[in-house]
Amino acid sequence: MDMWSHQADEIDELPAWSMAAGAESLIEIENPLPQRIDREWAFGGATGEGVKVCILDSGVDAEHPLVNGVTRALTIAVDERGAPVAEEDSAGDACGHGTACAGIVRAIAPDAEIHSARVLGAGFSGSGRVLLAGLRWAVAEGFDVINMSLSTTKREFAESLRELADSAYFKRTVLVASAHNMPVESFPWRFASVISVASHEEKDPLCFYVNPRPPVEFFARGVDVEVAWTAGGTIRATGNSFATPCISAIAALILSKHRRLTPFQLKTVLYLTATNVAAGVDA
Amino acid sequence: MPDGTDRLHAAVGAGILPSDEEYGRLLRSIVEVARAIFGAKASSVFLYEQETDELVFAAVAGDAEQHLLGRRMPSSAGIAGWVLAAGTPLILDDVASDPRFARDVAEETGYVPKGLMAVPLLDEEHALGVLQVLDRPERSRFSMQEMDLLSLFANQAAIALRLLGSARRARAALAATGDVLAVAELAAAFERLHGDRRDAAHRLLNDLTRIFA
Repeated sequence: MDMWSHQADEIDELPAWSMAAGAESLIEIENPLPQRIDREWAFGGATGEGVKVCILDSGVDAEHPLVNGVTRALTIAVDERGAPVAEEDSAGDACGHGTACAGIVRAIAPDAEIHSARVLGAGFSGSGRVLLAGLRWAVAEGFDVINMSLSTTKREFAESLRELADSAYFKRTVLVASAHNMPVESFPWRFASVISVASHEEKDPLCFYVNPRPPVEFFARGVDVEVAWTAGGTIRATGNSFATPCISAIAALILSKHRRLTPFQLKTVLYLTATNVAAGVDA
Repeated sequence: MPDGTDRLHAAVGAGILPSDEEYGRLLRSIVEVARAIFGAKASSVFLYEQETDELVFAAVAGDAEQHLLGRRMPSSAGIAGWVLAAGTPLILDDVASDPRFARDVAEETGYVPKGLMAVPLLDEEHALGVLQVLDRPERSRFSMQEMDLLSLFANQAAIALRLLGSARRARAALAATGDVLAVAELAAAFERLHGDRRDAAHRLLNDLTRIFA
């Protein structure tokens, strides 16, 4: 039994707005923080089993050998009231990018459930609205991890995205989003409630760094990576959008071993096991 | 609907703003500079057209084929479409290893590159298009630093494109209205004058103002 798993049984789905006198048992933390959290504790032996990862992207080619099947593939549209409409998606991935992300997650967390939600590919004019609808749908579905290797620069969506990101944060859905390496504002990666990721040049997919100079919070492998692409092939690719699924997958590993971690706790574990924090401890 | 004075002001403004021809020169300059910075075989720009929700192949420098200029494709097609919608730069290498993908890229660029960098042209929240740099003879792979450099350059290019684009639209709007076009043309002609001729034109305009006022 680890320090946080006791919450699984005790946590009422209703929020506690205050703590009445004599209700100390409600905030009792059974297990104190272990003396140290290392990678072995965090994800040693983990495979991602039982963890649901949603890839919000261009779709996923489920037949690709590096993807090896998806649990579900949906395409997201927007109805006249702006609400998301999810339908079965048999189109696969015309672009290759979503397949690349799914392949990265599969390589690191082989037993994680991969769910594809296609929000790109139906034209640019509605892309911000569909992205927002896709995230709304994914948060409502209660995925454990949502991988967003994309962002929008449209300010009109920023506030809704922020509300959704906050809502995911409190519903135990971890949002992992690509940081932007261009001098423009984009969303949702800048929000404090998500985990933002940019690239480093190391080859090890489990090597990741915490960044002491935010808003980018973590660096993961994103340079010259061989990734799954269209037609069952692979391609060598560079971009923050390939670093992001590394962190999504590591989050899936951690969550498969420690099922009920909140995003706050997960981010803490990521911090404590980051290569530039854990290196000295594990040595 | 702007009143008459606003339209005349707009006409004078549009008259001294850059023309379509200068817009084309800017686009060509962007791809030529991008190609030169990276020693690449080719560079190209796709512009996003809101009315049709399409990407238009607007400029190319280098080996890629000029006859593809003006070609249109759905705004979500291919690598350029993904980069536009995701708003995120991308580097792809060993492109030829995937025949289907190679064909898609060839349709976008006019030839099959081994590697490419693609960045969105973003001015604040507006996505104007996608800038691509394709291959280079010496070193095959593009680095992350180069992507950052291309992103910075794309940012500058996007600002210039936005300014010229606004001017172009202003001129087009005025051309449609007709009656104030003469004012725009007069302002443009005045802007082109230098030295004594400009001084003389200035005196003449002042005299005209006194007569009309």
